[in-house]
Amino acid sequence: MEWFDSGWGLTLIVFIPTVAAAILLAIPRSEEGAAKMIALVASLISFFLSVVAIFQFDFGRADQMQLGTKLEWITSINANYAIGIDGISLPLMVLSTFVVVLAIIYSWDHWPEPHNPKAFLILILFLATGMAGTFVARDLVLFFIFFELVLLPMYFMIGVWGDKQQVTLPIVNRVVEMRLYASIKFFLFTLFGSAFMLLGFLALYFKSGDSQLGIRTFDIEVLSDIATRVDPGFLGSAAPWIFAALFLGFAVKVPMWPLHTWLPDAHTAAPTVGSVLLAAILLKLGTYGFVRISLPILPEQSMNWAPIIAVLAVISIIYGSLACLAQTDMKRLIAFSSVGHMGFVMLGISTMTTIGINAAVIGMVAHGIITGLLFFVAGSMSHRYHTREMSRLGGNLKLMPVMGGILGFTAMASLGLPGLAGFWGEFMALVGAFNPLDGLDLTLFRTAMVIGAIGTVLTAGYLLWMLQKVNLGEPKAEWASVELHDVERTELLAWVPLLVAIVALGVYPKIVLGATDPAVANIVENITRAVGS
Amino acid sequence: MVNLATLALSAGSLLATAEEEGHGVELSDGGLLAQYAWLMVVLPFVAALFITLYGKRTPRGGAWIAVGTVGFVLVYGLVLLISHWATPIAHTENINIATIGQFDIEWGVVVDGLSIMMFFVVGAIATASFTYAVSYMEGDIRETAFWASFSLFAGAMLVLVSAANILQMLVGWELVGLASYLLIGHYWEEKENSSAAMKAFLVNKVADVGLIIGVLIPALIVGSFRFHDILGAAVEGNPGLVKYGFVIGLLLFIGAMGKSAQFPFHVWLPDAMAGPTPVSALMHAATMVTAGVYLLGRMFPFYNSVAIDVLPIVMWIGGITMLIAGLLAIVQDDIKRVLAYSTVSQLGYMVAAMGAGAYTAGLFHLFTHAFFKSLLFLGAGSVIHAVHSNNMSDMGGLRKYMPTTFWTFGIGSLALAGFPLLAGFFSKDEVLASLNYASSHGTPSATFVMWIGIVTAFITAFYMARAVFLTFFGEYKGDPAHEPHESPRLMTVPLQALAVGAIVAGYFNVPGIFTPFTDWLSGREFAPGDHHAESFDIFVLVLGSLAGLIGIAIGYSFFFADGESQEARDRRFRLPGPIHTLLVNKYYIDDFYMLIVNFIKRPLANAANWLNGLIDAAVSGTGILMSVLGKFVYEGLDQRGIDASINAIGGGTGEAGGALRYIQTGKVQQYAAVLFIGVLLLAVGFFIVTSR
Amino acid sequence: MTIAQFAILGGLLFSVGVYGVLVRRNAVLVLLSVELMMTAVNINLVAFGRFYDNISGQIFSLFVIAVAAAEVGIGLAIVLLIFRNRSSANVDELDLLRW
Repeated sequence: MEWFDSGWGLTLIVFIPTVAAAILLAIPRSEEGAAKMIALVASLISFFLSVVAIFQFDFGRADQMQLGTKLEWITSINANYAIGIDGISLPLMVLSTFVVVLAIIYSWDHWPEPHNPKAFLILILFLATGMAGTFVARDLVLFFIFFELVLLPMYFMIGVWGDKQQVTLPIVNRVVEMRLYASIKFFLFTLFGSAFMLLGFLALYFKSGDSQLGIRTFDIEVLSDIATRVDPGFLGSAAPWIFAALFLGFAVKVPMWPLHTWLPDAHTAAPTVGSVLLAAILLKLGTYGFVRISLPILPEQSMNWAPIIAVLAVISIIYGSLACLAQTDMKRLIAFSSVGHMGFVMLGISTMTTIGINAAVIGMVAHGIITGLLFFVAGSMSHRYHTREMSRLGGNLKLMPVMGGILGFTAMASLGLPGLAGFWGEFMALVGAFNPLDGLDLTLFRTAMVIGAIGTVLTAGYLLWMLQKVNLGEPKAEWASVELHDVERTELLAWVPLLVAIVALGVYPKIVLGATDPAVANIVENITRAVGS
Repeated sequence: MVNLATLALSAGSLLATAEEEGHGVELSDGGLLAQYAWLMVVLPFVAALFITLYGKRTPRGGAWIAVGTVGFVLVYGLVLLISHWATPIAHTENINIATIGQFDIEWGVVVDGLSIMMFFVVGAIATASFTYAVSYMEGDIRETAFWASFSLFAGAMLVLVSAANILQMLVGWELVGLASYLLIGHYWEEKENSSAAMKAFLVNKVADVGLIIGVLIPALIVGSFRFHDILGAAVEGNPGLVKYGFVIGLLLFIGAMGKSAQFPFHVWLPDAMAGPTPVSALMHAATMVTAGVYLLGRMFPFYNSVAIDVLPIVMWIGGITMLIAGLLAIVQDDIKRVLAYSTVSQLGYMVAAMGAGAYTAGLFHLFTHAFFKSLLFLGAGSVIHAVHSNNMSDMGGLRKYMPTTFWTFGIGSLALAGFPLLAGFFSKDEVLASLNYASSHGTPSATFVMWIGIVTAFITAFYMARAVFLTFFGEYKGDPAHEPHESPRLMTVPLQALAVGAIVAGYFNVPGIFTPFTDWLSGREFAPGDHHAESFDIFVLVLGSLAGLIGIAIGYSFFFADGESQEARDRRFRLPGPIHTLLVNKYYIDDFYMLIVNFIKRPLANAANWLNGLIDAAVSGTGILMSVLGKFVYEGLDQRGIDASINAIGGGTGEAGGALRYIQTGKVQQYAAVLFIGVLLLAVGFFIVTSR
Repeated sequence: MTIAQFAILGGLLFSVGVYGVLVRRNAVLVLLSVELMMTAVNINLVAFGRFYDNISGQIFSLFVIAVAAAEVGIGLAIVLLIFRNRSSANVDELDLLRW
């Protein structure tokens, strides 16, 4: 498997979907079956290769970049095609290829209006490349390109296949279609953050030239090496600004309060598969950026900003849960729950401890599969009921027992029930917050821990409330004459793997933590060295 | 056997034994029997999964599979108990499921005196309730779901009981909460029931905040989640644990208060009666609600060494709970609610005993209570099954229709009321005696709690007498067209079995005479050196028994008298108006909680949503501002400014061209002339400039 | 012989050429006048080249002679074609380049 280990494996994982998209472009629009088949096969190959990557991955050296390569790309700015995975990127990369396969299976006969499977699949495949690419990139330029690559397909997905409901904009009272409003908001919001992020990257590039290393570089590892070993003070007084710029870029994507408002709209307006990919993978790009770039390259600034991040994270947790309680739209409620859950992930990161960052990574994976599944179910339900208003639903468990059962199970997983995937991220984030990295304010973090723990109560509160409104009770009279069919085969095919993953991760978290722990320990060790020196 | 007894008796002062804990007794590893104890834990989950997937295709929704698994647990637990009796076992199996930094996260099974006792209790009560439920739940709308959840509960409870580390206990803790949610809300068509389920889950979740934090602090200090390490460090006086001992102890107790329905978290348990009766019997009387007491027992060496200041608080909470819950039981009409409040009250006894440092007494009351309270619930279920109503006002005179139920229920009631020589008599006496002992050994306030206990014993006897007389005596008040009948054998046999338990369970710990229960419980690592009496405390024994007998007698005088009219009897017992109102409204605690919940749900949540709208408005506002700005830039600056000047230049050039084109005559010679003149002028200019 | 004499000769010849270009109607004569101006320039080039002891002047004049020959060839061909088409070589009538 020499070819695989030398970077070809990862390259194929990332670009096979693109190739498939190109092939799809060539075949006529009427050949739907062929289009679906090509997309499925491509995503399956990509997923299969990422499973191969698990076996080729040397878990003993999970703290180092593996299976990668570094080829010259844009020599004039010293940007390279540098890819590779370590213990942190591996689970996320596998998650992204995994969810794409399920998204395509689910789409098999769930085409949102205005149909056109070919175009829809092309967008999914481009998204697949962008998502997997972000997780394997080791070069800031490459990272940025993949990071931005996901924007466009998602923009079109929301804008074209999204919800056509008319909404009135606040203040101006202009009536627009939900999908247009949401897609533009999503695009601009994210681009706004990315612009600052790019500035930050450029600043890092130029500053690295002034460091003792003396070479301008975009290489993440080299930069982190400069920051932690070679010349820790190389950023000088620009450091806070660079961190702030990166923070904006990542925090919008996460999203952290108060930069989160694009998320409920985008989720609500997006077609089911769009919501799933958005929740399962896209949000993780932001948190991954923090772990991969902000912490290793700007350790000292991360220390300074950690209390702020912790406070924002806690606000996200409480605020997200409270906002959930005020929702009437089921999909919007689930969207807001993401704000709270990602708050736990950010709380874990802000502690800057091995436990906290491990919690963040397993939290990301768990949120990906759980919320992904919740959106699948919510999408399928609104597909059948033609409404997402919780006040009109009720007795779903009676009308569609299997669907209701899966919804209940997933909601339980989402509220952090021990033994299921969601528990570890939440619990360990709290553990991390009790003892943050030396030098961080103990009182603040312990207060954050207590508030976070209270947040788990609110989380349970809104999810149970949702279950009560949607799943339990007697079905409303209006559904008596409506034919509602329970879960279909393609739905089951897409969901059962997620259900299994939720249980497996809950019972045996080593699946993720086994890979992440050495890598996280390495990051924390570097941070400690940099901050201590 | 002899050396065991001496060991138990040799337990001297509290701290002194803590020093030599565990090492004084020969603990065997229990061999294969202990190594395979995980089977007990895993099988119910397998059963639950199987029933979920294939239950609809198996006869009776997989009922017999579920019964089989808990039967296996009972047999395994019994075999373990007997071999533990012979040679004390303390064995732990661990498997690593993740490593984070220096932390090992593990699943583990601990097999020692404490857990074996609970294995047996869970197995025994579960087998009785499951068997009973086979008949009780026949023809239920969702039998499969019931059996899956019930099996899930059995597994979750065993996860909790067998926990070798505190994290696993948390896992089991929340999983039993989930099972409880599913089963309380079993009849979820009615909003009331699903709300009760939600209430149970959320109240527990609030208390779990304490538990979660209480779990993670000692784990961080000691660097391990294992009970072995935490308790060991506590006993050795780990400075971190000493420093945080009080906080940890209190936080863990808050968790225990939630699950064991202690004041002020007791509100969920009465509502939990919305679930099917076998559920109430197994979960909300015998096993799940005792998890808090079990946690205190498991952590007892910790409390006894570094968190000793928490114990008075524990004791007082127990005392308050037993009294207020007992009072509430008096005014209930729903027979299950009477029993529910009684459970809360009895849990108060257990907790108070724990707080008084009486590890054995508290757990012994747990042990006996499990038998007679599940018996009472199942008996009540049998009655409800026959009458199709929960309310005692629809019952009466049932002893003629259902004699077996009557006799077994009567035995259970007497045991609960502390009637001499029945199970409750021994255990309640031990609790009271331990309170009395504590009052003279460092905790003077225990005297008050002891008196509360005696008063509660009186109240208990009174409300149980009320329940028995209202249900089984007098005349039948229910639907006359529907004559009640005795339940099928599948239901009465478990009742009879449990009735035997309610009689004999107390004899496993007769102070000074026969104390195998004490030996079982001290057969564990870091065995707590609590005080257990070597003989009866005659003063407490007499007072406690008298209180019970007087309670029964007064109940008899109010509610018996078969000959009188029912109305007369109902009217005879009246509490003073304000007190009655207070009790009927449950001290307004629920209303107070609803106030908070509604505050969170309405104004606070709406405020968050409103704030969201505000942020959104800011974002949209920026967008709109940008578009206005764009319009200005386009129309004002671009179109009227830059573009206009560009156009002006272009236009001017055109005009100029139009004017100048007349010069172009097309005559070559004219062009040449102009050329020459131009050159000439240039030359002249050049000449002038250079000659200067 | 001074440089001034050559310059005056060149100037006179150039003036004659300018006169011819501006005044004569016949296109052939105009062309010839242009040739006269070129000759004047050639004289200047050679004279100043000699004066500054620089061979480039003479080389340049050879270039000019060659180019002039080519120019006259093309010019006469054009005039011939115009004459054939219009039966006249009068430059006053040729104002096709007018606006």
